Amino acid sequence: MTATVSFRLYVAGEAPHSRRAVHNLNAFCERLTPEDYRIEIIDLFADPARALDDKVLLTPTLVVTVEGGSERRIVGNLTDLSGLADVMTRGTDRS
Amino acid sequence: MTVNAAPASVPAIDKEPTGIRGLDEVMRGGLPRGRTTLVEGGPGCGKTVLALQTLVNGAMQQGAPGIFVAFEESSLRILANAGTFGWDLASLQREKLFFLDAQPDPGLIRSGGFDLGGMLAALEVKIRALGARRIVFDALDMVLDLFDDPQLARQETYRLHEWLIRNELTAIITAKAGTKLGHRLIEGLEFLEFMVDCSVLLRHDVVEGISQRNLRIGKFRGSSFEENAIPFGIGARGIEVAYGGEAQLDRLPASTERLSSGVERLDTMLEGGYLRGAGILLTGSPGTAKTTLAGAFAQAACQRGEQTLFVTLDSPEQEVVRNLASVGIDLTPHVASGKLVFKSSRSSTASAELHLMRIRDWARQHHIRCLVVDPVSALGKSGNRGLAHNVIERLVDWAKLEGITFLCTSLLDGDSATVEGSSVQISTLADTWIHLNYVVRSGERNRALSIIKSRGTGHSNQVRELLLSRDGITLADVYTAGGEVLMGTLRWEREEEARQAEAERAHEARRERERLADEAARIERQIDALRRELGAKRETIGRLDSGASQITADAARTVMIRTRMRLGDQADGLSEDLA
Repeated sequence: MTATVSFRLYVAGEAPHSRRAVHNLNAFCERLTPEDYRIEIIDLFADPARALDDKVLLTPTLVVTVEGGSERRIVGNLTDLSGLADVMTRGTDRS
Repeated sequence: MTVNAAPASVPAIDKEPTGIRGLDEVMRGGLPRGRTTLVEGGPGCGKTVLALQTLVNGAMQQGAPGIFVAFEESSLRILANAGTFGWDLASLQREKLFFLDAQPDPGLIRSGGFDLGGMLAALEVKIRALGARRIVFDALDMVLDLFDDPQLARQETYRLHEWLIRNELTAIITAKAGTKLGHRLIEGLEFLEFMVDCSVLLRHDVVEGISQRNLRIGKFRGSSFEENAIPFGIGARGIEVAYGGEAQLDRLPASTERLSSGVERLDTMLEGGYLRGAGILLTGSPGTAKTTLAGAFAQAACQRGEQTLFVTLDSPEQEVVRNLASVGIDLTPHVASGKLVFKSSRSSTASAELHLMRIRDWARQHHIRCLVVDPVSALGKSGNRGLAHNVIERLVDWAKLEGITFLCTSLLDGDSATVEGSSVQISTLADTWIHLNYVVRSGERNRALSIIKSRGTGHSNQVRELLLSRDGITLADVYTAGGEVLMGTLRWEREEEARQAEAERAHEARRERERLADEAARIERQIDALRRELGAKRETIGRLDSGASQITADAARTVMIRTRMRLGDQADGLSEDLA
């Protein structure tokens, strides 16, 4: 049984890596049950102050929060999604 | 392409001063405005300090706001370290300086390619808000390391560079050059050197235990620059680069004021004393009273009411004061009043560069007019070998610029040609060079002083004997024999001879005087006697005259009568004959 996961993806507008990341994240989430996750996309070009506030300097950055667990960050366009899967599993165990 | 000397037709590029003493001169003005400068060097070379100091100076001296992006050390650590330099960052931080912590998370998981877009977006906000034109990326290599693919790292760096140019920022990027293969940037970052318009290479070597730092301009597009590696130090107030100031020496007026050396007869030999603002060098073997003469100078300066700094290298203050007291030079009241500032430092603990900085700081702090460094040759020991001459030269130049009269002593290693700090070279810097040595004659060692040179002064070129006693220092009178100045026992003998001769002459004179007085008295008595005789005789004559005239008269009449009678007889006879 998976807990609710929240994905917060910080992107740099339409930059290539950021677009890739959006695409890859969506692809990954297709395999999940809709109720089990939330995606929030934050465009730092549109809202640059968030970068300082949330301490996100590299883009794209994906912040994964598993409910009841801690935050994990993954930087990159998410080509290799095994890491993401890892995070989610570990996130579960840490409840 | 780098041009070392910009052709006359190309306009000089705009520069932003770093405000770091000596560095702006090395760079002929400062950093290239609106361009990127790379500061590279190994760990602990001073890259962060240099970058931060530039930013701080810009904010303090020109009110220029700046942003510091910290990729390695946290901004808290950097601020704490900067506090030791006395920079008031707290107030600057409120309005002029912004520190961004951008240290990569050690637990960062990477998946695929990424860029610095977020950071640049954030920075643009800050730049607008502050109106900043200056930015520092400290330890950019930390970020570039995150890119597994060097190609990506390069790409991202070029993007960064373009962003900097687009935003017209004067930027400093610091990066580590750390491979043991001498001086090379970590592999993959060499493109940084090619990309930037200006690069500053910092080095930090430890030579025989002494830390020596130097910097060199690797390249500077569109500008001339100092090509040599220049020593620098990180002192109490930040980085200071050992460069510059020579050009200003031309406009110094030469003083004609004379300062006492503390030894009256030496002043006489120097036509009044040392010239104000001069550099005076005292050389000699150990024990030849160099420190004593230096102390005499210091004392004289304090007695004139002038702030004096006495820097003793390798001898503790108490020892120096005590030794000077034994020859009648008491410095304690001057130390107590604050006129004399004593500083002692072990030459082996720091680079010559650092000593120079310290001496300048103390001098400024106490507004000194007279400076003594004893012995300056200690700056050339061990790990500082070869550097001392340059440091001493700059010390002499700086003292002249400040109008400080500078006296230094230098140890000569016996009679050997290789001397500590090479006194021969130092002597060319000095205006007055006094040499002290021992003269060995007739089984004795006596101290001798000679003025080898003194610019701007006619000076006696005699070798004089230096005498030390509880009452002070003085130079002995000159006694010569056979063309040589006599010293020690020979001199004393000669002095004795002279004294004896003088005594004898006096005695003789006295006797002669007595004799003549006797003579005179005798003659006086004779004269008296003769006078009396004369008087008596005159009296007799007088009596005789009066008696004599009577007799004469009688005699004359008698003679006349007789003569008449005779003549009458004769006449009668004749007439008888005739009849």
